[in-house]
Amino acid sequence: MKTFDRKDGRLVMAHILFAFAALLIGGIAGALQGMVRGGVVTLPANIGYYELLTAHGVLMALIFTTYFIIGFLYSGASHTLGGSLLPAAKKLGWYGCLMMSVGTVIGVVVILLGKATVLYTFYAPMKASPWFYIALALVVIGSWLSGYGIFYQYRKWKKGNAGKPSPLFGYMAVVTMLLWQVATIGVAIEVVVQLIPWSFGWVDRINVVLSRTLFWYFGHPLVYFWLLPAYICWYVIIPKIIGGRIFSDALARLSFMLFLLFSIPVGFHHQLMEPGISSFWKFAQVVLTFMVIVPSLMTAFSMFATFEMLGRSKGAKGLFGWLKVLPWKDVRFFAPFMGMLIFIPAGAGGVINASAQMNAVVHNTLWVTGHFHLTVATSVALTFFGIIYWLIPAVTGRVLTPAMNRRGIVQTIVWCVGMFLMSGSMHTVGLMGSPRRTAYTTYNDHPDAILWMPYETAMAIGGIILFVGVLLIVWNVISLMRAPKGVTEYPIGEPADKSETTPRFLERWGLWLGIAVALIVFAYTVPLIDMLNNTVTSPGYVTW
Amino acid sequence: MHIHRLEKIWLGIGIAMLAIFLIVLGTMAFSMGMAPPSEHHHTIDPDKVSETAPFDKPGLTQTGDKRYEAVMVAYAFGYDPAEKMEVAAGSTVDFMVTSSDVVHGFSIVGTNVNMMIEPGEISHISYTFDKPGEYLLLCNEYCGTGHEYMATTIVVKQEARG
Repeated sequence: MKTFDRKDGRLVMAHILFAFAALLIGGIAGALQGMVRGGVVTLPANIGYYELLTAHGVLMALIFTTYFIIGFLYSGASHTLGGSLLPAAKKLGWYGCLMMSVGTVIGVVVILLGKATVLYTFYAPMKASPWFYIALALVVIGSWLSGYGIFYQYRKWKKGNAGKPSPLFGYMAVVTMLLWQVATIGVAIEVVVQLIPWSFGWVDRINVVLSRTLFWYFGHPLVYFWLLPAYICWYVIIPKIIGGRIFSDALARLSFMLFLLFSIPVGFHHQLMEPGISSFWKFAQVVLTFMVIVPSLMTAFSMFATFEMLGRSKGAKGLFGWLKVLPWKDVRFFAPFMGMLIFIPAGAGGVINASAQMNAVVHNTLWVTGHFHLTVATSVALTFFGIIYWLIPAVTGRVLTPAMNRRGIVQTIVWCVGMFLMSGSMHTVGLMGSPRRTAYTTYNDHPDAILWMPYETAMAIGGIILFVGVLLIVWNVISLMRAPKGVTEYPIGEPADKSETTPRFLERWGLWLGIAVALIVFAYTVPLIDMLNNTVTSPGYVTW
Repeated sequence: MHIHRLEKIWLGIGIAMLAIFLIVLGTMAFSMGMAPPSEHHHTIDPDKVSETAPFDKPGLTQTGDKRYEAVMVAYAFGYDPAEKMEVAAGSTVDFMVTSSDVVHGFSIVGTNVNMMIEPGEISHISYTFDKPGEYLLLCNEYCGTGHEYMATTIVVKQEARG
């Protein structure tokens, strides 16, 4: 068994620990904010609801995810692409980490000082302190450096292993980082060209429709940047953990390439209800959005095929007999499996959100908040939680104990119960019209708003249970750092049919990147020219 | 690349369903007039909202039998006109809304009226209020400290009998 390079382990752990620190602080902000919204508590006058909301969104959605993902991808790149990180890759990883950390600290300070209460979507013409935008730029540029490290590691491996298909984990890490590079171009242009000069006062006005469009060009692939690492765990890691096989190596690669193609030219489905974009181009992007459902259908098939094949090989009988032989008491399987299961209703909700005019029923209601608390905060988060139970032991030379495993199972159940209450209430009350991102209010005791109250209280209770879940996972991370010494294998699955060769075209990056760019050009050129020609600009405002 | 027969069936059903959804949505949007609110090329100088007609006099005007036009301005943190708008049940209201500062929302609870209001852009939507009652119109896009107070009501009165 190959042990994990200890120096690489330090880089991985730096990212993982930073991620869980962000989860803890973001969790405190989230729990408080949920209780305020539910009318359970009132904050002292010097703490604002919207400052907490901004901190919660930025720390959870941007910082926890990005740090965890980079740490996880580096661990897999080190393990599968050569057994240790090349000096240049490691250096890029550390520089990236440092730059993101400087950005995060500046950003959090500016948010807590109340200079950037613009939420994590920072829609213009609300104008935050320039340091907030600079902090964001540092986080993005830092993540680019980390991405370059992974590309470098991959290229060197390819050169040394001519003619061989790359390891599946390494391949998927490259797709994830490539998606991130292409997607962040939009937000980088928005922040560097539009927001920073404007917030410093070098230019007076801003094109609002353009800034929103650049944001959402980035905002939707962002959710796939969260999801793809979870899919890496499902495709590559889970089969090994349960003692099964990867259903098909080639189809796994194809599904990742489809994500690269279809997750980017779809940002308009977040802008369906807004002026300044023609119905035709909105619908064109709705069609492309539906295409991105296909690789998720492929993933669902592959996962359950892996489970059923394993069950049948163990002699399970009947249509669903294979379910019984799955290792339910192993948190490394159980937590990601609950994530997969919850992705079924979460994905269905997403199809509703993207359905053009049907979006009017749910747009900016708590339904949307409920939706992404199922996708990113359950499917992705539970998968990431499930990863730490083998990743931390593997990279630090320790072993998971049965007690920690049990606590992991409890943590997963606590998370599911809390999320059922919170997200379930959010979905329901959202359909009744209750808006998202809004502090406690009864709208002058309007009867419709009074009807929302019990659901909003249930949301607060769900939020408190989830906060207990955050404390439990932080406790588990600390215990894992102090687990008994030993050797833990880095689990990498093998394909079911090794004789099947993976087609070479799946690794022709130029081809796939070319198609991705062509689709982006198709979906965005005409609307962007239109936005630039019909420039309506607005001055900035500080409304908090 | 080998694709298992069952996976072909699974993907075939999935893709066929997605295609049906899209055909339904597209038909409704483009031939039944149910496209999402996407007013295009109808802009205004956001600095001069209060001087530009019709937004210099926000309010409700009757434009036909049971048909009204509501000209409204969203601002941090409220909507103009400030006074309650009243229409008879069964009336259709054509809303024309812009913002005099940041981005706002425009959502009428219990209806499908839900759109974004952006500075410099004029958003349009029409709705027929069949049921009488006091409708809650609220901002559902975060717009600053007083966002949770940004709301108004539209009163739909029972028609006089006879």
